Amino acid sequence: MFLKELSEARGVSSREHEVRDLIREYITPHVDEVFNDSLGNLYGVKGKDKPGPKVMLAAHMDEVGLMITTIEKNGLLRFQPVGGIDPRVLVSKPVYIGKDKVVGVIGAKAIHLQRPEERTQVLGFDDLYIDIGAVDDDSAKKLVKPGDVATFATSFGEMGDLVVGKAFDDRAGCTALVELTKLEFNCPVYFVFTVQEEVGLRGAGPAAYRVGPDVCLVLEGTTASDVAGTDEEGYSTTVGAGPAVSVMDRSVIAHPKVVGRLFRLAEEHGVPIQNKRTITGGTDAGAISLSREGVPTAPIAVPCRYIHSPVTVMSKSDLEHMIKLVELFVHDIADKGVDFE
Amino acid sequence: MDLAELLKSLSEASGVSGYETMPADLIAERWLPMADEVRKDALGNVIAFKKGKGHGKLLLAAHIDEIGLMVKKIDDNGFIRFATVGGFDFRTLVAQEVTVHGREKLRGVIGAKPPHLQSPSEQKKAYEKDEFYIDVGLKKEKVEELVRVGDIITINREVQKLSGNRYAGKSFDDRACVVMLTACLERLTEVHHNLDVYLVATVQEEVGTRGAAVSAYSVNPDLAIAVDVCHGEFPGVRADRGFGLGKGPVISMGPDTHPKILEKLKEVADEAKIPYQLEASTSARGTDAWSIQIARNGVACALVSLPLRYMHTSVETLDLADIKEGGRLLAEFALKADREFVEGLPCF
Repeated sequence: MFLKELSEARGVSSREHEVRDLIREYITPHVDEVFNDSLGNLYGVKGKDKPGPKVMLAAHMDEVGLMITTIEKNGLLRFQPVGGIDPRVLVSKPVYIGKDKVVGVIGAKAIHLQRPEERTQVLGFDDLYIDIGAVDDDSAKKLVKPGDVATFATSFGEMGDLVVGKAFDDRAGCTALVELTKLEFNCPVYFVFTVQEEVGLRGAGPAAYRVGPDVCLVLEGTTASDVAGTDEEGYSTTVGAGPAVSVMDRSVIAHPKVVGRLFRLAEEHGVPIQNKRTITGGTDAGAISLSREGVPTAPIAVPCRYIHSPVTVMSKSDLEHMIKLVELFVHDIADKGVDFE
Repeated sequence: MDLAELLKSLSEASGVSGYETMPADLIAERWLPMADEVRKDALGNVIAFKKGKGHGKLLLAAHIDEIGLMVKKIDDNGFIRFATVGGFDFRTLVAQEVTVHGREKLRGVIGAKPPHLQSPSEQKKAYEKDEFYIDVGLKKEKVEELVRVGDIITINREVQKLSGNRYAGKSFDDRACVVMLTACLERLTEVHHNLDVYLVATVQEEVGTRGAAVSAYSVNPDLAIAVDVCHGEFPGVRADRGFGLGKGPVISMGPDTHPKILEKLKEVADEAKIPYQLEASTSARGTDAWSIQIARNGVACALVSLPLRYMHTSVETLDLADIKEGGRLLAEFALKADREFVEGLPCF
């Protein structure tokens, strides 16, 4: 599996090319056709002319990040978030900027110089700078320019029974999709790696329009809050308890029959599965389900703690179980067809 | 190993106050070939002796310890609650990677209450101390097998090379100044310096300048210079508290500074064309000079500082040129301050 490579690759929304190039390389040997569209969505097609319903499997390539907006006279960089980032996770972290991977750090005024009440205040985007070591704006401008984007500088690694890295939302889904291209199915399958999910599900709609699927699963990384200080009803999802299906979130009410099939297959084959217990957030399923005349769609996701932070934590077993369940689902569609009306 | 490599290896070593063995051993090994003697005392201070012409005993001190965390409790789900060793801004701990030094080294991350479970008004506030925990990705039973209350936790951070001469990393406070002492020692091996020099990598500075006190007692110097970090210029930092990076070491003027040493430092810096900055500092209780000054029957002291941005975070940022120039300043001082100068210290 390419989870490490895909986690460490950099692809802030609309700048997904590094991730796309990697995925294209990984899937080309396993699919009949590979192409991308003008937005940057990448498609792998397998069994296009086979009988049976057309299945679309989607995962987004982009990640949340920062965009440089201004270079100050003192050489420090001002920035804004791309996608949803809680500014509280940014302080005291290194970042990589632009295609040349310029190294920067996000610092804060030393504790020694703060008044006690300052320590209770959030350092927001207006208070923070990226420091690339430039002595002034002229030397900074030789290295970065406004519009360049930055990602967290996190290395992938093992942590106890789990793994830690950046951007598991949604490189976990991308990793699963890459693995699934290696399998054979008796129906047409479109593997779609979308762009710009984090800024409003932008890539998935046009991709679904192009494919025109009969059914779609969206493979995701989603919130897990099974952590200290949280009551069980607030867990959202639990790491290690299997892939999570969102019945409803802000973007979509998952098609009940698709959800029903996933749970039935999980039960029949002894694959762990869980319901996501919160209805916050949204996924590409929102855009895909409303494409053309409507597409029966459901999101299925690997639970991720500390999502949208530099250190996301997830379980490889959840990822493996998600791959297994999606495999079972596509075989089931190929065997039994669709009955979603 | 050049100075940048030494900075990297010292910075990335784990050595919270009271547990400084790893960086202390690294620096002892580095100093050994250049010094006449290197020893460790009972508290763990590393003391190197570099013989000069015997005009007086100069102690140079920089601390080797770093701020860190300590295991306080393992909760029912295996998450670790922690106490702090030294002064932290908790806002800098969110989403940090750490190492828990248990029976094995465990990789972990610092978590806090998930934002979507916070009310909008809570989201506008910084996390409070008791909301933090460490996730090591293991079940409670396994964590209890490997971790005990009191185990030390360090922040993980590789040194980041920024543009030009600048570097970012953890525990540059004050290992960058231990590197400065090393630069000084390297220079001293090339010259016949007047003063006998004792370089000390002190322990437990962050919890009250403790190592420096006992090392000053054992060395019993005629004069001493503590070397520590000061704040780098940054938006929101007052001009009299923040110093330029890359503009040279900072010489402190305050109650811990002997006027004659201050004048001598400025004199040798001017002669050797070493750039320097001056800091008017009314209270120096945060550095080793504070305890060295009152060791035995009192020691004439000075404080030389290295400008550092974002002190006590894991991305402390400095300019390597300041380390080199600071090393040169200390060596010039040991070279030129003579018996007459040392004997004149009580007369002012």
